[in-house]
Amino acid sequence: MFDALSDRLERIAGRLRSRGRLSEADLDDALVEIRTALLEADVELGVVRGFTDAVRSQCTGEELSKSLTPGQQVIKVVHEELVRILGGETLKLTYASRPPTVVLLAGLQGSGKTTTSAKLAQWWKQQGRNPLLVGADLQRPAAVEQLRILGAQAGVSVFSEPTDPVSVAQAGVNEARRLGRDVCIIDTAGRLAIDAELMEEVRRVSEVTQPHYTFLVVDAMTGQDAVATAKAFHQTLELDGVIVTKLDGDARGGAALSVKEVVGRPIVFASTGEKLADFDLFHPDRMADRILGMGDVLSLIEQAERTMDHDAVTKSATRMMEGRFTLEDFLEQLQQVRKLGSLGGIMKLLPGMSKEMRQAADQIDDGEISRVEAIVRSMTPTERDDPSLIDGSRRVRIAHGSGTSTQDVNQLLKQFREMQKMMKGMVAGGAMTPGGGPMGKLGALRGAKKSLGALGAVGGGDGEDMAPGLAELFGGTGGPPKPVAASTAAARATSPGSPKGGLTGKKKKKGGRVTPPKGR
Amino acid sequence: MTALLIIVVGVLVVALAVALIVRTRGRGSPPQAPAASPIAEPPTAPPKEPAAPGTSTTPPGIDAAAPAGLRDRLAKTRGVFSALRAGRSRGAIVAGTFDELEEALLRSDVGVATTDALLADLRRRVAAKDIVGPDQLLDALRADLVDLLEIEQRWDAATDVELARSDPNAPSRDDELVEPVGRALCVVDEPGVTNVWLFVGVNGVGKTTTIGKLARQQAAAGRSVLLAAGDTFRAAAAEQLAMWAERSGAEIVRGAEGADPSAIVFDAVQRASARGNDLVLADTAGRLHTKVNLVEELKKIRRVADRPPGKVTEVLLVLDATTGQNGLVQAKEFADAVAVTGVVLTKLDGTAKGGVVVAIQRDLGLPVKLVGLGEGPDDLVVFDPVEFVDALLG
Repeated sequence: MFDALSDRLERIAGRLRSRGRLSEADLDDALVEIRTALLEADVELGVVRGFTDAVRSQCTGEELSKSLTPGQQVIKVVHEELVRILGGETLKLTYASRPPTVVLLAGLQGSGKTTTSAKLAQWWKQQGRNPLLVGADLQRPAAVEQLRILGAQAGVSVFSEPTDPVSVAQAGVNEARRLGRDVCIIDTAGRLAIDAELMEEVRRVSEVTQPHYTFLVVDAMTGQDAVATAKAFHQTLELDGVIVTKLDGDARGGAALSVKEVVGRPIVFASTGEKLADFDLFHPDRMADRILGMGDVLSLIEQAERTMDHDAVTKSATRMMEGRFTLEDFLEQLQQVRKLGSLGGIMKLLPGMSKEMRQAADQIDDGEISRVEAIVRSMTPTERDDPSLIDGSRRVRIAHGSGTSTQDVNQLLKQFREMQKMMKGMVAGGAMTPGGGPMGKLGALRGAKKSLGALGAVGGGDGEDMAPGLAELFGGTGGPPKPVAASTAAARATSPGSPKGGLTGKKKKKGGRVTPPKGR
Repeated sequence: MTALLIIVVGVLVVALAVALIVRTRGRGSPPQAPAASPIAEPPTAPPKEPAAPGTSTTPPGIDAAAPAGLRDRLAKTRGVFSALRAGRSRGAIVAGTFDELEEALLRSDVGVATTDALLADLRRRVAAKDIVGPDQLLDALRADLVDLLEIEQRWDAATDVELARSDPNAPSRDDELVEPVGRALCVVDEPGVTNVWLFVGVNGVGKTTTIGKLARQQAAAGRSVLLAAGDTFRAAAAEQLAMWAERSGAEIVRGAEGADPSAIVFDAVQRASARGNDLVLADTAGRLHTKVNLVEELKKIRRVADRPPGKVTEVLLVLDATTGQNGLVQAKEFADAVAVTGVVLTKLDGTAKGGVVVAIQRDLGLPVKLVGLGEGPDDLVVFDPVEFVDALLG
């Protein structure tokens, strides 16, 4: 629904290109796009202003790197700045010399405090600690009940009593001490920052329990109001850190940036799912990618790892690289990819997808996959291995078998041939040559830039080689050739748009690939 | 289409395969992947909006209007319009006036696209001398926003998609929550028909609490209400709803944790039909609109609820006022999946303005029907565009 910043900058990049350095006017254009992108990502307006100012001062007059387009250069600065703000100093969790270490969770209603409490408890348990959960949310019906159930799932006992929040918290800490627990996590009721009475209550809870860590729980979907809330809680409670929840949705999560900037306390944990295990330390670089809308590749890959059959994928990938990609492999891949969810949804997670490509992805009817599957399944194994066997009468048979028409079968075969060609082109393009070479190369890349970079390298390296194939592909079916060209261009241009350390070096390495690959 | 599909699959396969390989190879280096330890499916969902028991000061029953309450609670003036006021003394629109309006809109989560569109129109009118002076400008913006939020209002008929989101069954609008057009909640008064209102939304927006409040109001209005505890996922969600049922004297149908929510809704409709309940309020588990399987589950719940004698007369999207631009995405996805008929904007008693509903109405034609203003059982009132806009602009 919203354009990624990388796409926005790409659009104005044409004007920025081929100049020695960023002019003031270029930068103005770029900053307008950055501002819009950040606002659409729910970064607070004041924070956005400060941010664009910082980017301006960093970009002004900066020598343009030869290997980056000006658009990419700006993205690089933005990304670095985002990581700098989101990362900053990290919270080193230490434990009280006299246990228990008391942890207090506070936040608005529905931000996810109760669930987060249980997740934290489980996390600490995995760290070899022995936590106790204290249910001090006596306000919402059945909140303590919920905590008890979650506690049971995490294997952590829960303490609560129906008195008042302050005494429960106090009694909870005493109980933790009595039981010899080393961590005591206090879940409080959700409250609005402007509710003076309830804010006073949580202040008293904090006063009597003297928590070692006070965390604000913030919903990743929060809009501009995140700042007001965070400020108020920080004034009342002296926060030590922030926990961002519901990061498994598609919200860009700009609230995290706002809160970090305003409160000046680190974001410690990220909660990314409904299961207790979906909880981990916060990764600033991933959040930066996300705010920029560069596609949450790491999450996609993790999802892929969880759901896809690793051996099957590796096998077909190897075959693909060796140029022996058959319809059988295609079918298998199709099923693997399908496990990840709707194709359109997955496409959106990939970086370097142009807007046109995204829109096209939106239009993909997943029912279409079933048809393609049906056609392939109507072929004999021999035919799948060698589609050139398929003559007129076989076509008719396949069409009958799959309930489609011979045109459909023809089209599929044609597309498949094109895809095979494309893959060969990619292999020849140098991103993946048969044998161990590419792995080493990609592995090395990963060292510098992690998978995102590697992915980008695939898209980027093949931009030139892929375009003709794709254009043909679309030309053949009367489809719009422009979006594809644009998309590959974008893929090439934005792929290094995750500028982390070692970017320039990598780009230089790639410089050798400008000449057309021999394989084609 | 097929061409596109194959390309997409091709690109995906390549990308994922390479990524997987790279990651496997790179396992030697410090693992970045979160601890995906094989914990056995502990179903959890962030808690929903809490509610204070019996803190109501307003009389029970339906406060169709409650205008004073809304205004009082929303009136937290921001006082940002200094340039506007400065210009007022000179009777001119000064530089910075538009900036201030823009700031007010953006800070209220109205969103960049909607804000730009609104202000572009105003700029045009100022240039054409249709608007003179800062007071007129502010009034014009106010009027535009209110217009935008009126039911059936279309921002731009040429660009907007078909907005016919009203209930396909065209039910009569004879509810007590009377409001000019279409703000009312639909109830069909036909023998042999059990009305079902379905509540959907992401985690922690206040679905269960909204149902609790609405159950009480509807019961006070003389309807016999049955609650369906369709949130079988979050721990203790059914208990939470049961407490509300107790408060409102409504019946409740619930199942075991982890039970099929569709089955519970089905049972609820059967029971309501047999006992002659007027209305079933069906709770659902909070779900992110990005989770394909959960959205499919929701579609099924709707299908089952719509099977005679049941009839889904409202599908209400519950939206937290603190939600930012993602609210628009949520509304679109839920509307596509289960044909949402209206929005309930909760937690508007805080500092958040909930301006994203302006974008939702503009882009999707989904009206806000109810507003949640607090934790008391009667803090749920009919949405009033004028008051909402007043609060939005401070």
